[in-house]
Amino acid sequence: MRARTLSTLIPALGLALAACGGGATAAPTGTPTATATPEVTAEATPDACATENLGTVAAGRLTIGTDNPAYPPYFEAREGGNTEPWDPEQGDPTTGAGFESATAYAIAAQLGYAEADVDWIVVPFTNSFAPGPKDFDVFIGQVTFNEERTQGADLSEGYYFGNQTVVVMENSEFATATTITELKAAELGAQVGTTSLATIEEVVQTTPEAAVFNSTDDAIEAMTNGQIDGIVVDLPTAFFITNVQISGGKIVGQIGEAAGAEPEHFSLVLELDSPLTDCVNGAVSALADDGTLDDLVAEWLPDASVPELQP
Amino acid sequence: MIGSGPAESGSIPPLGGSRRSRLLPAPQDRRGLLIAVVSSVVVFGVIGYVIATSPGWPRFRDSFFSAEVFAESWPRIARAFWVNVRLFLSAEVLVLILALVLAVLRSLPGAVMFPVRLLATAYVDLFRALPGILVISVLGFGIPALRIEWLPTDEFFWALVALTLLYSAYVSEVYRAGINSIHPSQVAAARSLGLSQLQAMRFVVIPQAVRRVIPPLLNDFIGLQKDTALVSILGVVEIFRAAQIRQAATFNSTPYVITAVIFVLLTVPMARFVDWLVARDQRRASAAAR
Repeated sequence: MRARTLSTLIPALGLALAACGGGATAAPTGTPTATATPEVTAEATPDACATENLGTVAAGRLTIGTDNPAYPPYFEAREGGNTEPWDPEQGDPTTGAGFESATAYAIAAQLGYAEADVDWIVVPFTNSFAPGPKDFDVFIGQVTFNEERTQGADLSEGYYFGNQTVVVMENSEFATATTITELKAAELGAQVGTTSLATIEEVVQTTPEAAVFNSTDDAIEAMTNGQIDGIVVDLPTAFFITNVQISGGKIVGQIGEAAGAEPEHFSLVLELDSPLTDCVNGAVSALADDGTLDDLVAEWLPDASVPELQP
Repeated sequence: MIGSGPAESGSIPPLGGSRRSRLLPAPQDRRGLLIAVVSSVVVFGVIGYVIATSPGWPRFRDSFFSAEVFAESWPRIARAFWVNVRLFLSAEVLVLILALVLAVLRSLPGAVMFPVRLLATAYVDLFRALPGILVISVLGFGIPALRIEWLPTDEFFWALVALTLLYSAYVSEVYRAGINSIHPSQVAAARSLGLSQLQAMRFVVIPQAVRRVIPPLLNDFIGLQKDTALVSILGVVEIFRAAQIRQAATFNSTPYVITAVIFVLLTVPMARFVDWLVARDQRRASAAAR
């Protein structure tokens, strides 16, 4: 009796499952568009970039994302303490002080947003260019332009052009290296998902495997502990690390075109196929043309020169 | 086993388990087997059809089961798995030993042994309370930061120490449960034969206790295999980090599927092996009882 009941029950269950499965809702397809697309009128393009026509996350306001902590010299600390939620030990984007904070406000102003109309939110670095809908209009956070990232997001024209560098401790055997070949035996570290990691693996091609960390801070800790020989970070970050963050650090050299690296630049990140991209690119170009970007670099980034590593 | 009477062996199930507990019908039940096969084909066929024809399937398949990304990512991920294997094999050996020591220390009777029991209990409480990620960070970053000459700074070493300390606490409780489940008549009989307390433990109690707790021991071993991923905090590229690196480079989740597949291929045979070990042990016990 039991076998017969069971043997009729199981196929019946299977059919019931099929009936439920057939009615399942479709998975969401495609990237959701941002809020109302701007009305394209017969007038000239600049009007499509007017603040009332830009489809921003919050109407009339520009929402900018960056990672937390927000490090100097890209974001400077606020006198009297940083506003929430920005890490109290590092910078505060809302001050307008610091290279990227100042650049962001300059771009916002170019687009027509006053300082008071700009909101900052915390967005983890790797989320900024990963596929998927975004809570921000623009993200600024030392995001190097590369082709793969454009699959997941729109990257703007460059607002900073610079190289990766190698940082070691002063007493390291690699502190006096002048060529990439001398660094091949080093165990270098970088944050996961960064072009710094790609530089270690593809340009320097170290023999020991690269050490990969959740954050640059962890990599710095491992370096100061003597667990790894050095780290690879962009030039302004290298200055901050060696001048402010740690003592006894040294920038060995820049990894530029001479060493076989592709020239790199930082881009703003926007949602994939965002209607704001053209306007933002226009703003960046304008700031580059009138010399504002050069002034910002001169004001906020150290101008000490760092030798280029030879092959 | 000493004096195994009806109380010990009374409830042994028939060989192969009762009809209610079997997964498949018994080999003799041909009709039952045929029905099981046909029913499986129908159910899985229908489920497969529904999945393959649902609207989101092609995107899901490309994102999670991309053959191209699988082929590209497999070498790096499989190579990184070796780090996890070395770590959990070494850790498991150390854990099994340390945990047994702790369990025995906690089970030592007598007032004079109180401080020993107290220390063992404090250890177990502490390391069951602390999150694994905290212990690894403190040991892996904090101790090398002290710059003590003779202490190693190697990340693998400290991950091994952290995992051993953590899992010994859990596994010692498993052993203790096994030890406590051995009827006191066993110890009494051993003592009456002239064995000391420690000899009774060593020759009578522990062999039986360990056999009893093999399934929960496997449970903790499987947990340990997953927790080896924590070594990635210290910069070592193990399987999860390797998958993350590939995922960040391709925006595709197939590397995570590769990782999952590797772990399933590792865990399932082990689970079946332990089932076989336990069944064999029960067969021997029931044979001895006759």
